[in-house]
Amino acid sequence: MSEFEFKYERKELKTKYFTWGIVLLIIGLVGGIFGYIVDNERAAFANVIALTWITSIGIGAMFLIAIEYIVGAVWSVPFRRVAEFLSSLVLVAPLVALPALLNLHSIFHWSHIDAVETDFVLKNKSPYLNESFFYIRFIVTFLLWFLFYFMITRNSRIQDNTKDQSLTKKNAVLSAIFLPIFAITVTFFAIDWLMSLEPHWFSTIFGVYYFAGSVLATLAAFTFIAIKMHDNEYFSVKMSNDSFYSMGALLFAFTNFWAYIAFSQFMLIWYANLPEETFWYIARGNGSWMIWSLGIIVVKFIVPYAILLPQPAKSDKKRLKIVSLWILFGHFYDLYWLAMPTLNPAGVSISWIDFVFPAFAVGLLIVVFHIVSKNKNLVPIGDPRLRRGIEFKL
Amino acid sequence: MEIDNKKLYGVGALFTSPNKVSDAAAKIAEKGYQDWDVHSSYPIHGMPKKMKLKWSPLGYFALIFGLTGTSIGLFLTYWTMSVDYPMIIGGKPSFSLPAFIPVLFELTVLLAAVGTALTMLFVLFKLPNNRHPLHDTDYMKEVSVDKSGIVVEAKDKLFNREEIIEIFKQLGADKILDINLDSDEVNYQPKILEPKFLIFLVIVAFGISFLGYFVNNKLLFMTPFNFMVDQQRLDAQSKSEFFRDGFGMRLPVEGTVARGQVYYQYKGKPELAEANLINPLVPSEKVLALGKKKYNTFCSPCHDYHGTGNGRLNGQFPNPPSLHSEKVRNWKDGHIYHIIVEGQNIMPSYALQLTEDERWSIIHYIRALQRSMNAKEEDLK
Repeated sequence: MSEFEFKYERKELKTKYFTWGIVLLIIGLVGGIFGYIVDNERAAFANVIALTWITSIGIGAMFLIAIEYIVGAVWSVPFRRVAEFLSSLVLVAPLVALPALLNLHSIFHWSHIDAVETDFVLKNKSPYLNESFFYIRFIVTFLLWFLFYFMITRNSRIQDNTKDQSLTKKNAVLSAIFLPIFAITVTFFAIDWLMSLEPHWFSTIFGVYYFAGSVLATLAAFTFIAIKMHDNEYFSVKMSNDSFYSMGALLFAFTNFWAYIAFSQFMLIWYANLPEETFWYIARGNGSWMIWSLGIIVVKFIVPYAILLPQPAKSDKKRLKIVSLWILFGHFYDLYWLAMPTLNPAGVSISWIDFVFPAFAVGLLIVVFHIVSKNKNLVPIGDPRLRRGIEFKL
Repeated sequence: MEIDNKKLYGVGALFTSPNKVSDAAAKIAEKGYQDWDVHSSYPIHGMPKKMKLKWSPLGYFALIFGLTGTSIGLFLTYWTMSVDYPMIIGGKPSFSLPAFIPVLFELTVLLAAVGTALTMLFVLFKLPNNRHPLHDTDYMKEVSVDKSGIVVEAKDKLFNREEIIEIFKQLGADKILDINLDSDEVNYQPKILEPKFLIFLVIVAFGISFLGYFVNNKLLFMTPFNFMVDQQRLDAQSKSEFFRDGFGMRLPVEGTVARGQVYYQYKGKPELAEANLINPLVPSEKVLALGKKKYNTFCSPCHDYHGTGNGRLNGQFPNPPSLHSEKVRNWKDGHIYHIIVEGQNIMPSYALQLTEDERWSIIHYIRALQRSMNAKEEDLK
């Protein structure tokens, strides 16, 4: 075996993408403010989509780091910083949530006390769906996420200098504690922000549905950025295509997992045929929403499945980049499908506000990624598994 | 030692490290040899690429078998559920795809997995022929312990023994050896239908059939396994050793009536029934509730929930006349009771479905329905 030679030289990320990010962010910000002035309700709904998209990727990246620490993954070590930078999106997510929180009454039907009073279902759900408990859940969820974000990334950063191997073990323990907390908080988050848009609806699998979509979107963002950074030599080393195979395999796996969960949710509700559950799907079959709903199968399942199915595709960087961008778009598509039929029950109606908030979310992702990565090593140079990760072969 | 070229299978070289054998394989592939192979005791990743092997066709077999499974699943569900014996489950159309997708999925996976495995074994590995010239050679003994090796076969077009030995030497082979065919292997032609294998298949088939028959028809009826079948209970229409006449099912004792099973004495005599039968129940909330429940279950399909005669089965049978007509309103309770017990026109008897109390409750409920449609003035007070 050839001698291991790896000298990490830090390179600042190019400002090209940062500029684009700033431009998108400003478009999003200005457009968002105008949107709130012009059409408060629609802007609030679009805001929820942006918030859930951003949070998906932030919390999904933390999940990715945690799961890699626990299973002792080797291939992902050189790319771990990418996931760490992405996970910092949970820090800005509350800021994205702020305008939506200020317009809570335009979003959530259950926040109107007079409507809840006369409604049997909502009255019985009100111990959970009330404003104060909603805020408590929001704050506790994000505090927990912040806590684990700071602990895990701090250990990882210290390791760069000290090369202390015990920190890897410590992070594995932290990750093991984090995962069950993650499962519960992400379910709360999904129920609070997406499922409670239709407060009468019941679906016990909804948390998993959001989780599956989140991890899929995270993997897509992670794959795209990792490949881009690798090809622009930010990692100071060329890795073989084997290193990227796991990304393709995970994308493929989570595409299938998402489809499995989405279909499970649909089939059980369709089969049981209970009115308090089916109305949600009936609303999504209403008018042009039917086309959008059928489009989900194509956008979120058939296209990524077909691209990723052949074995060579999973380690082909070009195809991985394309499918990653597609999946990130698909996540927007999916979230739009979850949220918007509540606002426009008659059919799909797209307005410029619907584009402003995704632009804001994407811009935010790019900007946050650049800011967080400043003055930090783009490779975890102290990780004991780094060498094996760089030389990773299938 | 003289070498008879006819009996030479090929030239083999042994290497100590997997890296060496990978490099050597790359070189051999570069020279353009076709009939050669690498052997090692564990998988060496990246070897197919180094050897410039063609992509295995197995994936296409998997795809074809998978799609076949999907089509069979689709046909199975469509034929059984919509054509041969159309079934409506939960009010859904007999052909409803979401319910079939699990079946399609299972069959896709099943056929893809089994088909791929069988193709691999019998088409690509040519399984019944387990004979290979490399078996029981010194070369194979070394390779299956700790070495890796390359064999270039003599049938290769570019084969030249001295040249290959020279190449192997340059590549740093540990040991280079000739591999000769055994005398019985020289003229051996692999057969697809090896008699031994066919006999084996037949034995397996018989074995499985016998075992299945034995378990399902004999074993489960033997003493320790039959505890579910052998119960102290008389099955319907079965023989009984206990009674002298041998019948398991008994007639009621002569001259007795079982509880709640009073004989209907006005069979075929509606006038007598109308004259003599009086509703024994007093209309109360409980009675009306029971009547409503039973009416909605048994009467409403034809008579409608409100007795108009325009029920849910409208169109499949002639509609029954309305229960609100002058005629029915003037019938005494006994008359309606008689109709419930005996049926009338195409209405069958409901004596089996409804107990006496239920029949009388229904009559009370019908009276309430009638009154709701033709209220008297005093009802308004």
